[in-house]
Amino acid sequence: MNLAYRDIRHNLGRFLLTCFGLSLLLGVVLSMIGIYRGLVEDALTLVRTPVVDVWVVESGTRGPFAESSRIPGDTREAIARLQGVSAAGSVTYQSVETLYGAKKLRLYVAGYEPGRPGGPDRISTGRPIGRSHYEMVADKRTGLSLGSRVELGRDTFIVVGMTDDQVSSGGDPVIYITLKDSQQLQFELAPPAARREIARGTGPGDTDTINAVVARVSPNVSPESVAEAARRWKHLAAMSQAEQELILTRSVVERARKQIGLFTALLLIVSAVIIALILYTMTMDKLREIATLKLIGAPDRTIVGLILQQALAMGTIGFGFGALLITTIKDYFPRRVVLQPEDGLALAAAVILVCVLSSALGVRLALKVDPATALGS
Amino acid sequence: MDQSVGGKPLVHVRNVSKHFGDGETRVDALRDVSLEVHPGEVVALLGPSGSGKTTFLNVIGCIVEPSTGWVSLDGEIVYDDGHWLRSDLRKLRLEKVGFIFQFHNLLPFLNSTDNVAVVLSLAGYDTAESKRRAIELLDYLEVGHRKDAMPANLSGGEAQRVAIARALANRPRIILADEPTAALDSQRAGIVMDLLRKVAVEQEAAILAVTHDEKIFDRFDRIFHLRDGRLDDQNT
Repeated sequence: MNLAYRDIRHNLGRFLLTCFGLSLLLGVVLSMIGIYRGLVEDALTLVRTPVVDVWVVESGTRGPFAESSRIPGDTREAIARLQGVSAAGSVTYQSVETLYGAKKLRLYVAGYEPGRPGGPDRISTGRPIGRSHYEMVADKRTGLSLGSRVELGRDTFIVVGMTDDQVSSGGDPVIYITLKDSQQLQFELAPPAARREIARGTGPGDTDTINAVVARVSPNVSPESVAEAARRWKHLAAMSQAEQELILTRSVVERARKQIGLFTALLLIVSAVIIALILYTMTMDKLREIATLKLIGAPDRTIVGLILQQALAMGTIGFGFGALLITTIKDYFPRRVVLQPEDGLALAAAVILVCVLSSALGVRLALKVDPATALGS
Repeated sequence: MDQSVGGKPLVHVRNVSKHFGDGETRVDALRDVSLEVHPGEVVALLGPSGSGKTTFLNVIGCIVEPSTGWVSLDGEIVYDDGHWLRSDLRKLRLEKVGFIFQFHNLLPFLNSTDNVAVVLSLAGYDTAESKRRAIELLDYLEVGHRKDAMPANLSGGEAQRVAIARALANRPRIILADEPTAALDSQRAGIVMDLLRKVAVEQEAAILAVTHDEKIFDRFDRIFHLRDGRLDDQNT
C-alpha cells in the first residue's frame, strides 16, 4: 500500500497547487539557464555565420566585436594574397536605431561583399542580396518581412531575404547589407559635417574603411600560420576563429554570463530552501498520522518512504510543469532562450538531489515524533 | 497489587515504577505498580488527571520505558532489570498489541478498508489478502457497508468501529484503549463496549481501557484506580 500516493490523492488540489508554485520557481531557474545559453549562443552566432578561419583587425585591438577596429578597405586584397588563403572578405559591423512605421527598431548592421565571406550562411526565405545598393537581408526577429522598406541613414533599403536567429551579443537582430552601403552608413559624414570639412579644405573624407577582414584557409593549412603572416603588417592584428569565439565568450558576454550564472545559483538555493520548507510543513501537517503509524508498528522506512516519495513526486511534477511552461513560452522572451536537453537533465538531477536533501528536515522531524502523541488527545 | 483471575496472564506487570526528571524536578508517575490481565478479561483503569494512567498504558504498549520493574506481554518478557529485552518494539506492538484511541486516529487519507488493511500490509500480508481480511473485520464489526468511506465521512460510532477493526486486524491478544467511548453518546458507547467484550471472549484477548466514562463502568470485569502513581483495584 503506497501511503505517499494515497496522501497525495487525498489532498490532490493542495498538492498540485504546491507543485504549480514550485514549477514556476523551477521554470524561472530553467529559463535563466536558457537565457544564459542563449546569450552565449547569440554571441557566437554572428562570429560563426561567415564560416571563416581567420579574423584580421586593427593592430592592438581585439575587434571587431570586443573592441572598435578600423582598417583600410584594401586590406582584403593583401590578405587574399597570403599563402593558404582560399577566400577573404571585408566586413563592417555597427548598431543603428531607426523607425519602421511608428516602431523603433534597433538593428545590428553587418556589411559584406556579396560573393565573398562575411555574409549570412543561410537564407530561410527570399534571396541573397543581388544588387549593389539598397537591398538587405534581415533576421526574422526584426519583425520585418520580404518587401519591407526601411530607412537607414539617408537611404531606403528593401528586404529581399530573411534569416533565422541572427542576433548580436547585445540581442539586436542582424541585417546584412552590401559593404559599400554599410561604409556609407558608418563612415559618410552627414551633409552639414561634410560641408564643414570641405570648408576646412580637407574634403569629406575617405569612406573606404572596414572593421575586419575575414578569411578562409585551404585545407591542410593552419589558420594560425595565416594569422601569423597577417601580423607581419604592423597595422594589423589577426586571430583564429577559435580565438575570436573565446574573446566573445570570455570578454564580451563574460559579465552577463557570470551575472546570470550567479543568479541561477541563487535561485537554486532559494528553490532548495523553499522545497525544504514545503516538505517540513507537509510533515508538520502529518505529525499525528505519523505518530499513529509508529504506534501501530510502522517501521521507520515506511515513514521515511512516505516523506521521500512525496518529496520526489513534488520535485518531479514541479520540474515537469516548469519545463513544459518554459518550453511553451520561451519564444515570447525578448532574448533567445536556448533549452538544451543536457541542461534540463542536469537541472532535473539537481532538483531530485535537492528534494532528497531537503526532505532530510522533514524526515528528522518525523523520526523524532513520539508515538505516544497519538494517545490521549 | 497483583490481581489474578485464572490462566496465564496476557499482560503481566510487576513492580513497575516510572519517574520523570531528577532531584527537585522529579515526578513519580508510577510507583511499584503490578497488574495481571488474563485472556477474555475487559479491565478498566481509572484515575484523576495526572495520576499516571496514560503513562501506564504507554509502558504496557512499549512506548515509554519504565524506570524499574518487569513486564511480560502474551507470555514474552519484554522488560526486565532496567532495560527492554527486544530492540524491535514497533514490531512487538505490531504483533501483540492493538490500540484504540479516544478520537479513533484513523489515517485521513485512507478509506475504512485501507485504514484496517494498512496494519496487515505492515505485517507483511499482500494487498489482496490485507483487503479481504479488512473487509471481513469491518463486516464483523457491522460497519462493512462503510468500507469505501473516508474517515471524514464516517459518524463517530462508525469511525470508532473502524478503529477497533484496525486494532484487531493483526489478531493481537492485547488491546489497549485510551478513552474509547469518550467521544460517543451512551448508546454508541454501549455498542462499542459490547464489541470489545465480544472480541475479548471470541479472540481470548485482554482488553485494558483507560476511561472516565461512568456510563460504561458496568461493562468491565475489573476496575483499577491509579492515584498518585499507585494502583489499587475494586472488582465490579
